[in-house]
Amino acid sequence: MSAPDAFTPPVASAWPLVRRVALALFAGFWAVYALALMPVPGIEAIRGNLIALTVVLGGFLVADEVTEDLSLPRRWLVIAVPLVWFLLFFLIPFVVLGRISLSETVIARPPYTPLWERGPDGSLDILAGFQNYSWILGDALYRNAYLSSIKIAAISTLLALLVGYPIAYYIARSPEPRRSVLLLLVILPFWTSFLLRVYAWIGFLRGNGVINNVLLSLGIIEEPLVMMQTDFAVYLGIVYAYLPFMILPLYATLVKLDDALIEAASDLGASPAVTFVTVTLPLSMPGIIAGSMLVFIPAIGEYVIPALLGGPDTLMIGRVMWDEFFSSRDWPVASAVAIVMLILVVVPIMWLQSVQNRQEEQG
Amino acid sequence: MKRGWFLPVFAVLGFAFLYAPIISLVVFSFNESRLVTVWGGFSTQWYGELFADGWDSWQTNPLLAASLISLKVAAIAASIATVIGTLAAFVLTRFGKFRGKLLLTGMITAPLVMPEVIIGLSLLLLFVSMEMVLGWPAGRGLTTVVIAHGTFCAAYVAVIAQSRLRDMDESLEEAARDLGAGPVRVFFDITLPVIAPALVSGWLLAFTLSLDDLVVASFVSGPGASTLPMVIFSKVRLGVSPDVNALATIIIAIVALAVTIAGVLLRRQARAAR
Repeated sequence: MSAPDAFTPPVASAWPLVRRVALALFAGFWAVYALALMPVPGIEAIRGNLIALTVVLGGFLVADEVTEDLSLPRRWLVIAVPLVWFLLFFLIPFVVLGRISLSETVIARPPYTPLWERGPDGSLDILAGFQNYSWILGDALYRNAYLSSIKIAAISTLLALLVGYPIAYYIARSPEPRRSVLLLLVILPFWTSFLLRVYAWIGFLRGNGVINNVLLSLGIIEEPLVMMQTDFAVYLGIVYAYLPFMILPLYATLVKLDDALIEAASDLGASPAVTFVTVTLPLSMPGIIAGSMLVFIPAIGEYVIPALLGGPDTLMIGRVMWDEFFSSRDWPVASAVAIVMLILVVVPIMWLQSVQNRQEEQG
Repeated sequence: MKRGWFLPVFAVLGFAFLYAPIISLVVFSFNESRLVTVWGGFSTQWYGELFADGWDSWQTNPLLAASLISLKVAAIAASIATVIGTLAAFVLTRFGKFRGKLLLTGMITAPLVMPEVIIGLSLLLLFVSMEMVLGWPAGRGLTTVVIAHGTFCAAYVAVIAQSRLRDMDESLEEAARDLGAGPVRVFFDITLPVIAPALVSGWLLAFTLSLDDLVVASFVSGPGASTLPMVIFSKVRLGVSPDVNALATIIIAIVALAVTIAGVLLRRQARAAR
């Protein structure tokens, strides 16, 4: 699709060199200043005017540079809106996160040290270091928190798969009017508050909660079971909250499954169990992988469920980071914990991507 | 093939698992007793307590006041998310190759799988740094929550809008261009009306996600800008409280009503199309 009249031709510029040098100086100065809060003498007094001036000038220079390079000014104005928004509010925050993770905590405003300092003789002292990373990787609390997050997320994912698969299979094999209703029933809880759905379980699991009252009145148990503030409650909460995310991708692959394949397998003498393992299961693998990732990844960083349903010894990394930030007020360590968690989450995503790419190549 | 008993029974149990807690939440909101889980007789006193001061309750009751704040934040954030998300989707599906395309694709996919605690912390640190360097945003409050919600909701809107734009018949746009319409006119007269239903569901999803968010809001919010999930969370951390049940029931009723109406409308539309 090309529309020559859509875009105005590039404005010929007589001063490309001046412009580029000005842009480089402007970008370099603000990058250094913003990243490190470099103490430039006398800047405080004129900072307001300087900011206004450089924002206008810099905005003009950047727009000019970008449009000049691509010869498509109007097109770039449209591209710039989402690109700049996401750069500013999604990507740059991670740069800031990484920068603060290299500092040390101090009681000041802001509560972390600068990356470098001017000595009295004008020499430059580099203060940045990886001490927070070596601290969290060496400390048993953090190591156990990471490991137990992975464990809890993995077990919950497996449980969600075991519960979700039969339900997805049943919905996929249902005749049409019923199928849509059942699908709606799976999606509906998603529209009600996540927090309220987790809260609902407190009333169920408490010592004098619904489950214990029913079991006691039926005479099945004599003492109330302790279910709240246990790992069991956390597993239950995660499976419950993320079950729709498991069912929907499973349903999507199972509904496309060709019945003729299953019939052929049973005509050839395979028992239902053999048919399931050799035909249905391998064909629904994409749904299993997608559903597992949709449960596993958010479960690793989960905060609300362990905070409300878990006990004091339920270690999950999202909760540890939360406490590090809000209770200990240690921003640099919280940042380092977040960066390590980020790596932990990114690895399975990359793996998923590569699996999907391979599947697309094969298909 | 013989239909086994296992699947239907399991499915019924599965749906019971999904709905039992929600139903008990509703039932115990009509409980006489303050002990939320012991039935003491039918009563609507907790609803009465929510609205004890009549119309002023929207200011005096912390749960209702926070609901107003949350609704305001969600409406603005969802609108921002719809504009940014639609632009991102449009740029990615209609503009061919451009510098930063891969970057933009990554940036609208990443928020969908990023743990909320990381999004919240990194945005808070950004806001703090921006305040030190630029003097804006001055402190944290509604503005910062709106920006944070607008950003991660925009990613969801972009995914919905992108799939609709891909499915859409591009020859409609080409025809309009052949007839002499400029790109802006084509977008507003052809593209936007065609993808409007997807944008409405994108807006609704963004609205729900924003209303629902506890973690990101807890990080980037400031004094005087506690959203409903933040107030509920601080209340239920100390144990169950029946007025939360009452408010939850009202929310569930509104959602159920909205979904039913939407379902009826969609069905009527589908019938009309046939």
